Amino acid sequence: MQYTLLILVLPLLSFIVLGLVDSKWSPKVAGTIGTLVLGIITALSYLTAWEYFSMHQVAGVYEKVIPYNIEWLRFTEFLHINLGILLDPISVMMLVVITTVSFMVNIYSLGYMVNEKGFERYYAFLSLFTFSMLGLVVATNIFQMYIFWELVGVSSYLLIGFYYTKPSAVAAAKKAFIVTRFADLGFLIGILVLSFYSKTFDFGILTSGNPSVFASTVGVSFMGVSVMSWALGLIFIGGAGKSAMFPLQIWLPDAMEGPTPVSALIHAATMVVAGVYLVARLFPLYIVYAPDVLHGIAYVGAFTSLFAAVIAVVQTDIKRVLAFSTISQIGFMMVGLGVSGNGGHEGLGYMASMFHLFTHAMFKALLFLGAGSVIHAVHSNEMNHMGGLRKYMPITNWTFLIACLAIAGIPPFSGFFSKDEILSACYEFSPYMGVTMTIIAGLTAFYMFRLYFNIFWGKEHKHEHTPHESGFAMALPLVFLATVTVFAGFIPFGHFVTSDRANYNIELDTVVASISVLVAACSIALATILYRKESAVPKKLATTFSGLHSAASHRFYIDEVYLFITKKIIFNNISKPLAWFDRHVIDASMNGMAGTTQWFSLKIKSFQSGQVQQYAYVFLLGTLAIALMVIFI
Amino acid sequence: MELITNFLSGSVQIEAYLGLSLIMFFAGIYGFLSRKSLLMILISIELMLNAADINFVVFNRYLYPGHLEGFYFTLFTIAIAACETAVAIAIIINIYRNLNSVEVGNLDEMKE
Repeated sequence: MQYTLLILVLPLLSFIVLGLVDSKWSPKVAGTIGTLVLGIITALSYLTAWEYFSMHQVAGVYEKVIPYNIEWLRFTEFLHINLGILLDPISVMMLVVITTVSFMVNIYSLGYMVNEKGFERYYAFLSLFTFSMLGLVVATNIFQMYIFWELVGVSSYLLIGFYYTKPSAVAAAKKAFIVTRFADLGFLIGILVLSFYSKTFDFGILTSGNPSVFASTVGVSFMGVSVMSWALGLIFIGGAGKSAMFPLQIWLPDAMEGPTPVSALIHAATMVVAGVYLVARLFPLYIVYAPDVLHGIAYVGAFTSLFAAVIAVVQTDIKRVLAFSTISQIGFMMVGLGVSGNGGHEGLGYMASMFHLFTHAMFKALLFLGAGSVIHAVHSNEMNHMGGLRKYMPITNWTFLIACLAIAGIPPFSGFFSKDEILSACYEFSPYMGVTMTIIAGLTAFYMFRLYFNIFWGKEHKHEHTPHESGFAMALPLVFLATVTVFAGFIPFGHFVTSDRANYNIELDTVVASISVLVAACSIALATILYRKESAVPKKLATTFSGLHSAASHRFYIDEVYLFITKKIIFNNISKPLAWFDRHVIDASMNGMAGTTQWFSLKIKSFQSGQVQQYAYVFLLGTLAIALMVIFI
Repeated sequence: MELITNFLSGSVQIEAYLGLSLIMFFAGIYGFLSRKSLLMILISIELMLNAADINFVVFNRYLYPGHLEGFYFTLFTIAIAACETAVAIAIIINIYRNLNSVEVGNLDEMKE
C-alpha cells in the first residue's frame, strides 16, 4: 500500500504551491487546484480503506500495516523519532472521515468564499490543515503525532484568524492557540514520562500489551499516584485541550470567528476529535495501566457534555449553538471511551465512540455547512434575524432537518445508531451514567430543534433582500453529506473498528433504544411547541429562571474566571514583578555596562587625532624608549 | 684633502659611510615629522630607505668582501622603492583631487 504516502504528500505540495504563488493566479485556479488535490486524496483514502478492510484480516483480527517508517532523529540506542504511516482500523477510518469532510468543505468554499480577499491563502491553509491532520492520524509513534498535533494547532490558528483585520477574530485565534498550547504542555510532559520509562515512542511497541515494556514503572509512583497514571493523565490533558473538554473548552466557541466552512472542517468534524483519537490510540494503555484515569475521562466527558448542552440551549448565535453542541457530542465520545472495557462486548464503548466520531463528523459538518448557507443568505449569525427561511432555502432546510434528526438520535438516521451504542455502554458501566447521558441526549434534541425552528420556521424577520438558496457548489456538499448522514447508520461498524480489532456484531439494545428515542421525541415535541410558532413561553421561562438563564448565556462565567485568574492574579502578582525585575535589574545592569564603556571611550577619544605625524612621533618616542631600555637595563 | 685621496684609493674608514647613512636617516625622520606637504614626507621616506641601502652595501663590502648578497639586496630595494613611490604618488594625486590640498594636517576625515 505504498500509494498511501501520496495522501500525505499531495496536500503538502498543494500548500506549498498555493502558498508561494499567493495572488499571482486567479482565485478560481487556486480553488480548483486545492479541491482537485483533495479529490485525489479522497479517492486514495477510499481505495486504502477498501483494500485495508478487505485484505488485511488475519484470523478475524485486522493487522496493523506500516508501509513507511523512516528514522528521522536518533537520540539513544532505543529512543528515536520515526516518521511513517501506520494503517489500522481507526487510522483508516479517520483517513476516510478527514478527506471526505475536507473535500466537501473545499467544494463548499468555492461558493462560500468566492468573493473574499485572500482566497489563495485560504486554500493554502486548508491544504496545510488537511496535511497535518492526516499526518496526525497515520502517525506511527507518539512523537510524530505530537509534531502533527502542533501543526494542526497552527493551521487552526491561521484559519480562525483568517479575517485578520477583525480584532475579534485575531483575539479568538490567539485564545485558541494559547489554550490548546497550554494543554499541549501536559501532552509533552506525558510523552516524556512515558518514553522515559518505556524507552520508545512507537505505538506498535507501546500498545503491544507486552508487560516488559513498562516493567520499569512497576512500583514507581509520584504523590501517591502511579507513574503510568501520571503519564496517561497528562497525555489526556493534551487531548482535552484539543477536544475542548472542561475546563479547557473556552477556546472553541470563540473559534467560530473563522469562516464557517473552517468551523465545519476543523472545529466540528476533524481537529476537535483529535483528543478522542489520541485516547483511542492509547486505549490499550489506559485500560491496562490506568483504568482510574479512564474513568476520570468518562466523568470529565459526561460533565463537559452536560455543561455544554445546557449552555447551548440559551445561545442565540447559531454558530455558537453548534459549537457548544460539538463540545457536548465530543463529551459523548469521551464517555464512550471512558466506560469501555477491552475486547468483544466489553469494548462496546470504544466501538460506539469511534462510530459516533464517524457519524458526528458527517452530520456536524453538514450542520455547519447548512448554517454557513443560512449566514450567506441573511448575512447574520443571530437567530432572531432569521425565521421562516424554509420557503426560500428548500435544500438547506431539508438537509439541516436531516442533520438535526441525526444528532437528536431519531432512527433511522446515523446519529441514532452511534449514540445508542454509547448509551448502552453507559448503562452497562453504571445506571447513573446511563441516565445522565440519556438526559443530555434529550437536551441535545431540544436545543437542535430550537435552532432548527428558529432558523427555518417561526416568525419571519424582515430581510434587506430576499434570501435565496446558495449555488451549486454549496448545495452539492450539503446533499452529499445528508445522504451519508441518512445511510451511515447502517454501516456494520463493529466489523471494521473495535477495541481488539476483531469483528463484533452490533446488537441494538431495544430497551435503551426505545428510552432514548422516547426522550428525544419528547424533547423535539417540546421544542416544536415552544418555537415552531412564535410564542411567549420561552421568554416567560427565561424570566422565571433568570438566574440560570443568564448564567448559561454567559457560559457559566468560565471565561470571566479565566480572565480573573490571568489578568488579576497572574499578571499582577507574577508578571508585573518579573517585568520590573527584568527592566530594573537585568536590563539596567546591561545598560550600565554599555554606559560605562561609552563614557570611557569618549574620554580616550582624543588619542585618535587622525594626524599621521603625531602617530609617527609617538611611535618614534616609544622606539627610542625601548632602545634605551635595551641598552641600559 | 686626505679624505678625497683615501676615497679614490679605496681606503675610506667604515665609520665615514655609517656616519653618512646615520645623517641621512635622521634627516629623513626629521623631515617625516616636521614637513606639512605629503610630497616632502614621501621624499623623507625615500631618504630613510636610501640610508638603509647604504648600510647594506657598506656592511657587505667591509664584513664579507667577495660576496654580492648585499649589493643585490640593494638593487631589489631600489626597485621596490620605485614601485612604492609610484603608489604613493597615485594616492597623493587622488587626495589632491578630493581635497584640493596635499597638506597632511587636513587628512583627518576618518577620525569620527
